[in-house]
Amino acid sequence: MAESHAPRQAPRQVPGPARRLAEGVRAYRLIAGMWVRSTMAYRASFAMTTFGNFAATFLDFVAIMLMFSRVDALGGYPLPEVAFLYGLSATSFGLADLVIGSMDRLGRRVRDGTLDTLLVRPAPVLAQVAADRFALRRLGRVTQGALVLGWSLTRVDIDWTADRLLLMPVMVVSGCGIFCAVFVAGAAFQFVAQDASEVQNAFTYGGTTLLQYPPTVFAKELVRGVTFVLPLAFVNWLPATYVLGRPYPLGLPEWTAFTPPLVAVACGALAGLAWRAGLRSYRSTGS
Amino acid sequence: MGAGRLYAAVATGGFRRYATYRAATAAGVFTNTVFGLILVYTYRALWDEKPHLGGYDQAQAVTYVWLGQAFLSTLAIGGGGVEDELMERIRTGDVAIDLYRPADLQLWWLAADLGRAFFQLLGRGLVPFVFGALCFPVYLPADAGTWVAFLAAVVLAMLVGFGIRYLVALSAFWLLDGAGVAQMAWLLGFFCSGMLLPLNVFPGALGDVVRVLPWSSLLQAPADILLGHADPLPTYLFQAAWAVALLGAGRLVQSAATRRVVVQGG
Repeated sequence: MAESHAPRQAPRQVPGPARRLAEGVRAYRLIAGMWVRSTMAYRASFAMTTFGNFAATFLDFVAIMLMFSRVDALGGYPLPEVAFLYGLSATSFGLADLVIGSMDRLGRRVRDGTLDTLLVRPAPVLAQVAADRFALRRLGRVTQGALVLGWSLTRVDIDWTADRLLLMPVMVVSGCGIFCAVFVAGAAFQFVAQDASEVQNAFTYGGTTLLQYPPTVFAKELVRGVTFVLPLAFVNWLPATYVLGRPYPLGLPEWTAFTPPLVAVACGALAGLAWRAGLRSYRSTGS
Repeated sequence: MGAGRLYAAVATGGFRRYATYRAATAAGVFTNTVFGLILVYTYRALWDEKPHLGGYDQAQAVTYVWLGQAFLSTLAIGGGGVEDELMERIRTGDVAIDLYRPADLQLWWLAADLGRAFFQLLGRGLVPFVFGALCFPVYLPADAGTWVAFLAAVVLAMLVGFGIRYLVALSAFWLLDGAGVAQMAWLLGFFCSGMLLPLNVFPGALGDVVRVLPWSSLLQAPADILLGHADPLPTYLFQAAWAVALLGAGRLVQSAATRRVVVQGG
């Protein structure tokens, strides 16, 4: 039947970018939804692993509190301000980790050849890889970050002008975007690296750990590196120092505090290009 | 001495098995170095604020950071030792094959884990430590005797580390899926071993408690010997006591577990 109707069909068009995005989001939603239903089959296990995720990140903060049991300030920042940085970094990273954190499994898929299955499915590969094994338990990390952020807001002394207030949600969303770009770039790298997938952790988990501490703690070269080369500083350092009314160590002009959305979009575009290059270079193991 | 040769062969096998994945090892070295860098700066800020915190000077604190990065995978403080594989074998029933081998289950896995640990120490631990020593002012003892004493404490730490993780793995005989227990053990180990913050910086009673727990044998004990902060003999006694207690407990649990093991499927 299908063959006889073929001449009457319009020639298949290459979908435009908006259409492809919609397709990707739909595929992501379906796959992530499937994994959520599968997780919910074992509710006790879900509750325990979510708590574990919460506790693991909470211990990070306990270590900072222990430091502050011995000192009053770190790099000139008192505990509530460090908690402010910590909360912003952990929330942004937690959201990115929740949305596409499973992408670090790509190296394994390349190695054992299961990526081939994703390539033949009629859905964008990026959406499939991002939603693969979607782990709702990662809400634990987001919750922990949000709690610390909430606590810090009750303690820090901020002059709440309209622009500072507006910057708060913008910061969290852009920060999530920047970390998502790092995850995608990391996954693209895994096409080449395969076994060396752990390198990615240095930039994702290492990045969020770095941003939890004040920029004044680190050497100028390191701060320059994460401002101009790998722009993690736009997740929280630059905008948060503006909100706190503190100088940024590199003496950048004030308007840079409002650039995180632009940086996030630029990082996303670059990561997208890297992903395409990675996917093009993919050679199946044949197994 | 047939048995000795058998376990030596298992240990060598463990060493070579991990040595095979060179790219993964290089990636691990890179990641440990980056985390070490971040920690070094935060510790320096901490010691700037309060010099001689916990009895360490700044150079000693920096040395402690790089020791921690060297031991993270060696002692499998963040997971990744042989316990993952053993738990999987218990879950799938493959452990039955291990049980009818003419070798002791505990010694077999201990040998495999020691082989792994020695490789991780050389392959993953040494480079970040040397990098740290070259890039930052660190405290390194000048006499060879301290280094030998330090290495002996590292070997004891390996025994204690395995003792803890073997017990965690055996829990799979009752729970089948040991992932939850492993995660909790990993969290507890990370915190109580001093990976996040040296134990002598922990305040008050909390500090006293974590100092007597077995995890303080892992990082804190060897570090204190290298940094000239503790006498070797009492440290060895402490570590050895925990090693004997944990390995003994592992043996008791093992005999209880193997008596009740029912291999599914036939």
